[in-house]
Amino acid sequence: MLQADLNVILPEIVLAIYAMLALVGAVYTGKDKLTAPLTWATAAVFVLLGLWIAGRDVADLAFGGSFHADGFAKFAKVAVLFSAAAVLVMGQDYLARRKVTNFEYPVLVALSVLGMMVMVSAGDLIVLYMGLELMSLALYVVASMRRDSIKSTESGLKYFVLGSLSSGMLLYGASLVYGFSGTTLFSGIIQAAEDGRAPLGLLFGVVFMIAGMSFKVSAVPFHMWTPDVYEGAPTPITAFFATAPKVAAMALFARVTHSAFGGIVADWQQIIALIAVLSMFLGSIAAIGQTNIKRLMAYSSITHMGFALMGLAAGTAFGVQAMLIYMAIYVVMNIGVFAFILTMERDGQPVTDIAALKMYSTAYPGRALALLILMFSLAGVPPLVGFFGKFYVLRAAYDAGLIWLAVLGVVASVIGAFYYLRIVYFMYFGEAEEPLDKPKGAILWGFLMASAAIMLLGVVNLFGIEGMAQAASLALVN
Amino acid sequence: MIGIEHYLTVAAALFVIGIFGIFLNRKNVIILLMSIELILLSVNINLVAFSSFLGDLAGQVFTLFVLTVAAAEAAIGLAILVCFFRNRGTIAVEDVNVMKG
Repeated sequence: MLQADLNVILPEIVLAIYAMLALVGAVYTGKDKLTAPLTWATAAVFVLLGLWIAGRDVADLAFGGSFHADGFAKFAKVAVLFSAAAVLVMGQDYLARRKVTNFEYPVLVALSVLGMMVMVSAGDLIVLYMGLELMSLALYVVASMRRDSIKSTESGLKYFVLGSLSSGMLLYGASLVYGFSGTTLFSGIIQAAEDGRAPLGLLFGVVFMIAGMSFKVSAVPFHMWTPDVYEGAPTPITAFFATAPKVAAMALFARVTHSAFGGIVADWQQIIALIAVLSMFLGSIAAIGQTNIKRLMAYSSITHMGFALMGLAAGTAFGVQAMLIYMAIYVVMNIGVFAFILTMERDGQPVTDIAALKMYSTAYPGRALALLILMFSLAGVPPLVGFFGKFYVLRAAYDAGLIWLAVLGVVASVIGAFYYLRIVYFMYFGEAEEPLDKPKGAILWGFLMASAAIMLLGVVNLFGIEGMAQAASLALVN
Repeated sequence: MIGIEHYLTVAAALFVIGIFGIFLNRKNVIILLMSIELILLSVNINLVAFSSFLGDLAGQVFTLFVLTVAAAEAAIGLAILVCFFRNRGTIAVEDVNVMKG
């Protein structure tokens, strides 16, 4: 019995052992000299684990229902592992040139990815909390990785305080849910809250848990940490924040709302719809005044989280499918955009001002074209893949009878298109300033071009992600 | 007779004090860390009270996990705070403002 349970969580065990061995091994041997090989090794481990999990066939439940290894968890884990591997590889050269060569960086990323894998599989409040904290604690440290920079440590401090507050709120909600349903298992909670009837205390618990998880996905009104953390953290780490943790937190959101509170959809649907609308509008409007591209990407991610939550607000299997498709597309676009941001330098120093991109297209037409495709895709211009992501969530909201939500979503996406197009405008028109340095790094070029190519070629069949997301959503909602 | 509702009231009061401690405090980042601890401890009171009321051990197991994580969280928070202090020379909340968010 135990043997079978351990077999289900074997990928997590492997990653945990790898992280601990890497930490101890590096301490006793080369320390910071080992950073580069360790980064590559960690990325390789992520990719191998992703392939292994994708091809694995194990029981859906382990440890008496407190750990789910179903299709939904599989989809989320593969997305998390691949995006984390991509970001590690992308940022390696940048960090090395900035002398941020702590060997702890890949180890901490491995630990936070382990936390994400645990939390998307959670079938119990305790497992959920442990996974979430393992992810968050590692992320706080990673944000303040540049110990000699005021901005980096300040962003770490802000992230820590607000992140801990959100964990506290989630935990308070979890304690109420436990008290009013009598169990920490999701399978027990769903029986205590069936057919739209739930004790008042349990509803309070649900609200607190949703608030805590909204912090983690940086949805309005719990978004205030996002722009500062994005701006303050070193760019490769910002790229990491924008991808894997967002997927994991969104998957956790879907997991909790459907497998624990699937019987009281009407009670949480309105809250999530409201959060989605606020995120979409605040993200779109606040981004207009930004001149720092990292802050702009922070507001952009707030908007995108609003759209993904719109799929979740539908409360149906199709809504979850739309959310998963949206998140997968969002991650690919973000990897491409951050691969571009990482190459923005002047005299060897990183530049994050959007105005520095003026007339970029004359010097580097290929890169400018790739960024143009990505920006159009982020804005949701048809026929690029980003449009299909928006189309799915809008249709999910429409099918669920939330027509007002779908209409507001369209309005917000029109407002949001403005600041993406402004970047494109700067690249192609604008007045030339002092030009940026010649972009370095074939790897970054590869990621940028691959991401742009996916946005173009994916329109044929979205690379089959639709069917995978559907299988994943049916495993979660039934 | 002290019943479950009394424990829940105390926990709710501590939780609210913790939240206000984070948002109203303008002096010192250490007070933020104390407020976070207060929130986690209010949750522990909740869990233990429910656990005893329901006659179910899971709540107390949860409490032990929360205590462990709270210790790790405090350690990380203090470490980040020390790094921040070295760069900035102050830990006043008003001075955590290099970036305006």
